[in-house]
Amino acid sequence: MHLEYFRLIDRIVELNLGEKTIRAEAAVPQVSTIFEGHFPGRPLMPGVLLIEAMAQTSGWLVIALTRFERMPFLAAVKDAKLRAFVEPGQMLSITSSLVHDGSGFAIASASITHAGKAVCNADITFRVMAFPDPAFRASMEQVAAEIGFPVKAAADG
Amino acid sequence: MSSTFDTVANIISETCDIPRETIKPESHAIDDLGIDSLDFLDIAFAIDKAFGIKLPLEQWTQEVNDGKATTEQYFVLNNLCARIDDLVAAKGA
Repeated sequence: MHLEYFRLIDRIVELNLGEKTIRAEAAVPQVSTIFEGHFPGRPLMPGVLLIEAMAQTSGWLVIALTRFERMPFLAAVKDAKLRAFVEPGQMLSITSSLVHDGSGFAIASASITHAGKAVCNADITFRVMAFPDPAFRASMEQVAAEIGFPVKAAADG
Repeated sequence: MSSTFDTVANIISETCDIPRETIKPESHAIDDLGIDSLDFLDIAFAIDKAFGIKLPLEQWTQEVNDGKATTEQYFVLNNLCARIDDLVAAKGA
């Protein structure tokens, strides 16, 4: 994770276009200014950032399924449940599966585990639209390369 | 077997917490029922599931934005239900 850049996942480790599933990994940083406030003497990963990690993972799934032609924007988070505390240094496994491929929107079901134990889960809705401009897409392609997004596999379907 | 309208009205009522009796075939989902575009995604999801179709929301929105169609054509419920019936028929053809 690079919290300062709002990058909540480190790498994509599994992408199954047939099953419409994805798994990513993310290591919670040992040190971050966020932990100075959340909370003093008891650093905990904020739940909203865990939700963002699920949203980013789900978003990459949508990008893969649309062959990098469409950009998902977070629209709704439902039934978010934060089941366990997450502390600095923990390695998280984030999974997501597509629930519905609508016209201009997509719904995914995502969850996070740590050491095999449930951390959180939520149903996430995205508006899915064309990339606003080529520069935006290029920036996403750069992030994709950095997190091991299998561009070719997604393009080949 | 309930009609398309009954199914859609029940979906709208449950999804948007709108009293069922206020939802009429002539109701405009946006103008009369106050459903916004985000809530309509939930409705579209439920309709897609219930009827096994994919409402072409993007196409409809584009047509309205381009002035080629009015919102009434797609979002007055009896018109919406007619579109749904067409999509269901096309699926089975």
